[in-house]
Amino acid sequence: MYSVKEPDGGTPQRTSEPVVTLEIDGVRVVVPAGTSVMRAAAGIDVRIPKLCATDTLEAFGSCRLCLVEIEGRKGYPASCTTVAEAGMKVRTQSDKLAKLRRGTMELYISDHPLDCLTCPANGNCELQEMAGVVGLREVRYGYDGSNHLRVAKDESNPYFTFDPSKCIVCSRCVRACEETQGTFALTLLGRGFESTISPGNADFLSSECVSCGACVQACPTATLMEKSVVDKGQPDHSVVTTCAYCGVGCSFRAEMKGSEVVRMVPNKDGGANHGHSCVKGRFAWGYATHPDRVKKPMIRQTIREPWREVSWEEAIGYAASEFRRIQAKYGRDSIGGITSSRCSNEETYLVQKLVRAAFGNNNVDTCARVCHSPTGYGLKTTLGESAGTQNFDSVREADVIVVIGANPTEAHPVFASQMKKRLREGAKLIVVDPRRIDLVRMPHVEASYHLQLLPGTNVAVINALAHVVVTEGLHDEDFVRRRCDPSEYEKWKAFICEERNSPEATERVTGVSAADVRGAARLYAKGGNGAIYYGLGVTEHSQGSTMVIGIANLAMVTGNLGRPGVGVNPLRGQNNVQGSCDMGSFPHEFPGYRHVSDPIVRASFEQDWGVRLEAEPGLRIPNMFDAALDGSFKGLYVQGEDIAQSDPDTKHVMAALEAMECIVVQDIFANETAKFAHVFLPGSSFLEKDGTFTNAERRVSRVRKVMPALAGLSDWEVTVALSNALGYPMHYDHPSQIMDEIARLTPTFRGVSYEKIDRLGSIQWPCNDKAPDGTPVMHEEEFVRGKGRFVVTQYVPTDERTTRKYPLLLTTGRILTQYNVGAQTRRTANVAWHHEDVLEIHPHDAEQRGIRDGEWVGVASRAGETTLRADITERVQPGVVYTTFHHPESGANVVTTENADWATSCPEYKVTAVQVSRAVEPSTWQKRFEEQQRAQADLLPGHARS
Amino acid sequence: MTATVYVSRDAAALSVGAEGVAQGIARAAAARADQVDIVRSGSRGMFWLEPLVEVATPTGRIAYGPVAPEDVAALFDAGFLKGGAHRLSLGPTEEIAYFKKQERLTFARVGVTDPLRLSDYEAHGGFRGLRAALAMAPRDIVEEVVRSGLRGRGGAAFPCGIKWRTVLGAEALPKYVVCNADEGDSGTFSDRMIMEGDPFVLLEGMAIAGLAVGATKGYIYLRSEYPDAERTLALAIATARQAGRLGDDLLGSGRAFDVEVRRGAGAYICGEETALLESLEGKRGMVRPKPPLPALEGLFGRPTAVNNVITLASVPIILDKGAKYYASYGMGRSQGTLPFQLAGNIKHGGLVEKAFGVTLRELLYDYGGGSASGRPIRAVQVGGPLGAFLPQSRFDTPLDYEAFAAVGGMIGHGGVVVFDDTVDMAKMARYAMEFCAIESCGKCTPCRIGSTRGVEVIDHIRAGRKPAQNLALLRDLCETMTHGSLCAMGGLTPAPVLSALEHFPEDFGASPAGKVS
Repeated sequence: MYSVKEPDGGTPQRTSEPVVTLEIDGVRVVVPAGTSVMRAAAGIDVRIPKLCATDTLEAFGSCRLCLVEIEGRKGYPASCTTVAEAGMKVRTQSDKLAKLRRGTMELYISDHPLDCLTCPANGNCELQEMAGVVGLREVRYGYDGSNHLRVAKDESNPYFTFDPSKCIVCSRCVRACEETQGTFALTLLGRGFESTISPGNADFLSSECVSCGACVQACPTATLMEKSVVDKGQPDHSVVTTCAYCGVGCSFRAEMKGSEVVRMVPNKDGGANHGHSCVKGRFAWGYATHPDRVKKPMIRQTIREPWREVSWEEAIGYAASEFRRIQAKYGRDSIGGITSSRCSNEETYLVQKLVRAAFGNNNVDTCARVCHSPTGYGLKTTLGESAGTQNFDSVREADVIVVIGANPTEAHPVFASQMKKRLREGAKLIVVDPRRIDLVRMPHVEASYHLQLLPGTNVAVINALAHVVVTEGLHDEDFVRRRCDPSEYEKWKAFICEERNSPEATERVTGVSAADVRGAARLYAKGGNGAIYYGLGVTEHSQGSTMVIGIANLAMVTGNLGRPGVGVNPLRGQNNVQGSCDMGSFPHEFPGYRHVSDPIVRASFEQDWGVRLEAEPGLRIPNMFDAALDGSFKGLYVQGEDIAQSDPDTKHVMAALEAMECIVVQDIFANETAKFAHVFLPGSSFLEKDGTFTNAERRVSRVRKVMPALAGLSDWEVTVALSNALGYPMHYDHPSQIMDEIARLTPTFRGVSYEKIDRLGSIQWPCNDKAPDGTPVMHEEEFVRGKGRFVVTQYVPTDERTTRKYPLLLTTGRILTQYNVGAQTRRTANVAWHHEDVLEIHPHDAEQRGIRDGEWVGVASRAGETTLRADITERVQPGVVYTTFHHPESGANVVTTENADWATSCPEYKVTAVQVSRAVEPSTWQKRFEEQQRAQADLLPGHARS
Repeated sequence: MTATVYVSRDAAALSVGAEGVAQGIARAAAARADQVDIVRSGSRGMFWLEPLVEVATPTGRIAYGPVAPEDVAALFDAGFLKGGAHRLSLGPTEEIAYFKKQERLTFARVGVTDPLRLSDYEAHGGFRGLRAALAMAPRDIVEEVVRSGLRGRGGAAFPCGIKWRTVLGAEALPKYVVCNADEGDSGTFSDRMIMEGDPFVLLEGMAIAGLAVGATKGYIYLRSEYPDAERTLALAIATARQAGRLGDDLLGSGRAFDVEVRRGAGAYICGEETALLESLEGKRGMVRPKPPLPALEGLFGRPTAVNNVITLASVPIILDKGAKYYASYGMGRSQGTLPFQLAGNIKHGGLVEKAFGVTLRELLYDYGGGSASGRPIRAVQVGGPLGAFLPQSRFDTPLDYEAFAAVGGMIGHGGVVVFDDTVDMAKMARYAMEFCAIESCGKCTPCRIGSTRGVEVIDHIRAGRKPAQNLALLRDLCETMTHGSLCAMGGLTPAPVLSALEHFPEDFGASPAGKVS
């Protein structure tokens, strides 16, 4: 339900080719076959009364308000469940229908509290509206009969209330939980009058509910209602914007009262989410106005000093003078910048422009370094473009879905719902993951194969899969001949057919049975449209890039590229990680993935920007740390990334940060990195600025400013001011002008403009003269690089292996309710679900070590040691332990090592040899962390917490 | 010489002590060194005579009943094994008036054969229908059933052959045959009697249905309160499979059909075919909107022939003896026979299989012998809890679908429940609403809330609170439920209410003209 009324056709849109013509109230209507009478009527603005129908859910037929008369048919069919047929003559209004509708409404209201004026849904209640529409004037049953008016509210969920006294049992919530979200947490209990909605004999908080909000969204009354609306009242206007959490990039309507957000509701027109949401985007936006927000710029000479609040001019002036001083003293290359995958395309573009044009070097990198840089490398090498091949909707046509090293139900929940829907329709699932993630078996979803490999053996598994495909002749000969480079293919084929790549040979290394590998390979190759979705379990390895290449090889050899339903799909972690990479955040690439050494490209930027640009690639993040430690790198501008918490080998990172002379942190909170900073520039949340985000499917969507920046400036304005202070003037009045510049300089963005995004809703790049409305599926006719390139992917075991001292492998991941380092989600009620990181350990390993569930355990690697509570579970296999890194005090990255991908330096977060033992107190690192935490908090004005 | 004695294994007989009688006969025979083969047959359907004991004699079976265990010794003493005279002797079974006048087609073997002895079944015409069907094209089987005039015996009376034609014509695969054995109407037991008394005929009927529509898998959705039927079916299915009457190779034809029994969820609404399908799929038994018809999108979304037990059990004889033979019974568009079930306040309760056209009065008095209490019969409810109440003035209505509909009645599944003149029809109307309130699936609003409000409004009327307004409200409510409900549960609940109001207004405190007195 949208507070600012959106049209609701009542039943989902059909798009079939054949159409039928019928007559409704004397008007001829033409609709696609399969369209309901209700939706056909809505198409000519005939609004048939309804309560249980909404166009995000399949027709149900329970409320009986939408009855109509159809010539030649007995009785009064429900228009929602009746499919329009050619020649049908429908009447939507008659005395009889009016009487039936009123009679039914009278029944509804006989079991409904008459508290409209004090009800939170007042003014936005479908029951109220329908009572008006059908002309209900009295309830002759009185109000003394049986009713549900005294049933207690369930307020356990932090974000919404469940008030059964207002429930009309339309089952929209139950259906939304099933059809839209696919969690099946809600059910109808009891029969007849005693039928009640229930989260399964539990309260909402302790139920299976994942708080995606689909039920709240679907509820036509105040039964399921956002607490923010209960508190603040109904919003008065809304602004369409894009969620700033994960790479799914859900479109939302920020529903507002003045400049205050009342609630965020998923946008039905959203190309990525189609009206669905998750607990983060839907509810966890309160961090934006959290008291911890830093609203004033601050500076300090050294990191031991208290912060001093200053004006924007002073802070920016100080930062600029320090950067210039450092460059004067240590050389032009002694400073650099880090762009943020959390910020907009425009902001990211400006930071890399600032580094290249104002700093005069290419020392710019981005947090994608630590997540999907191997995706960029691997896909560019094989297919020619550093991005996923499909749109999300493509999954609707997939027959075999392969999920490798990704946990979509936790990390990409809205896309996961779409995937689960397809799986419920009968698509087959193969999961490749060391952990038994939920997708392996959950309601109405079960993987055909779970290849539960040992961490670090991805490449061996992907090679074995390809070996089976080629040696068993399951490959798509025709596709390979037409679309791929033949000589590279022959080389690869000879390699992959080698016996060492057979599943029988790799079994010992990977721990995955040869039979399962063979079965999975046959299914993927021959099961129809095969679509691969992967995550950081692929990239964050010493052979991350090799694995991405291996995936592309497998997709090419089976012909699973270049059409809907197939493809190689990286699930990007951050809202704009695709965008930040697109925008030239890497030290070696200009926007659009063009090498800085390319003289023609460089010339185009030099001409536009009016400066000479460096032809040599600059420093990557890990190189910056190393350079800081050997004294050649002294200043850093970090926008929206908490490198001190998110980068591996925390102790090494902290030492590097301490060695620098000027760190400028631009963030909405005083984060872990800010503890090492000299200038703090208050950032602006996604609600406080205009711009665009690009999601995992290359979809560029608008972010719209719904409230003024709390600190007075949006992030892009701050970068402009810093550039101006550095003596390189930038002139932009609005981010749309930045996008115009991006479009001017980037071939894949040539056709993008705010005007066009507003018109189309969103645009998937490449968008140019060849594809003026964008490109949902890439590589359709030919690969971006021309012929697809097979690359030999030899499996090289990681150096990080178990020893007698460190006999277990630690791997890390994410959880639904928290987001990355938790800076935002930890400042919301999401902590109700996940207030600390825990260590998952197999019962066998726990038993050996005398560890009991919930006890503190020490986790030590050669890099460091931390303590966590043990969660004894069979989700992990023996020999493997797992944790998340959402809470800084957990210190997950104290334990991870400096190992990294050979090609892109992406850290090997997913494999660390550790020992786990019972612990009685926090690790030395944690004690130091706590001390430092206290000390830094004392240095903040007003002692805002970090 | 071994004497053959028949004692029913039907749940109705067991409930009045048939087990003890059978054991008593076995013990007594052993003690007296008499050779006795005790066959546990189905019931002849004369419940007031149960436990009925029959003995095979050269001149046919001689019946004794009702027999108590303590009568057994005297029966032996009287030489009952040879048909000797005894005060419990009823003479030749098939000469008992109640039985003699029946036209037993579907129930031809019930009470006659050992329900689980395949040879017995085949000796009495079993599997002749299936053999005939195996020699026919699916389309011809369907058309044969169309010509027989067989209509759905579950209550809706939809022509079975037409339904099968739709399933046969559907393209999606696989297809299913689903037997609705969730017999839940008050006063009905014919499904149970077939399943306990002649299970092979149901399996044969399902196999024929499978051949007709192109299904190889059938499910029996069995009422959870029928444990005896469940055991009997399980044994029958195992026997049929072993003998190649079910499974991959029906009667050596190479054609496949198999049957699985699923125990129902214990809800009346699961007898409604779409709720049944939901329940069979493992979900809450909630009614689905139609269309799509189950014939096109039924079990697991596949084309499904959903038929009642009696419908399916009537198919073998149609294929065996031909459509014409079957259609020669009955009247008008109601062809063949229906096993009527007499229950409630009736002297001779039981099962009467008759061709359509028999009148209610004949059933009540010629067969039923009037009320059990001896008082005048005041009202009869035909067709289960959703059927209309009929007063004496309607007793001459022939039991024919159309004729019954013309007087506002419904034959339904053939249950006849009798009330004498002590009945309070306002209370019965209230009960109709209450039944709906308890058994409604809770999906559609008219049924979910309307039934509860119906109870309350009738309570107001019975208590004399604003009777005129509440009677008007009750009529409005019935209109909303009749035309607004999603399925027959809510749609037909007003039938008993309105018929009670129409025929017995005085019980509602109103004058016969409907005016408040």
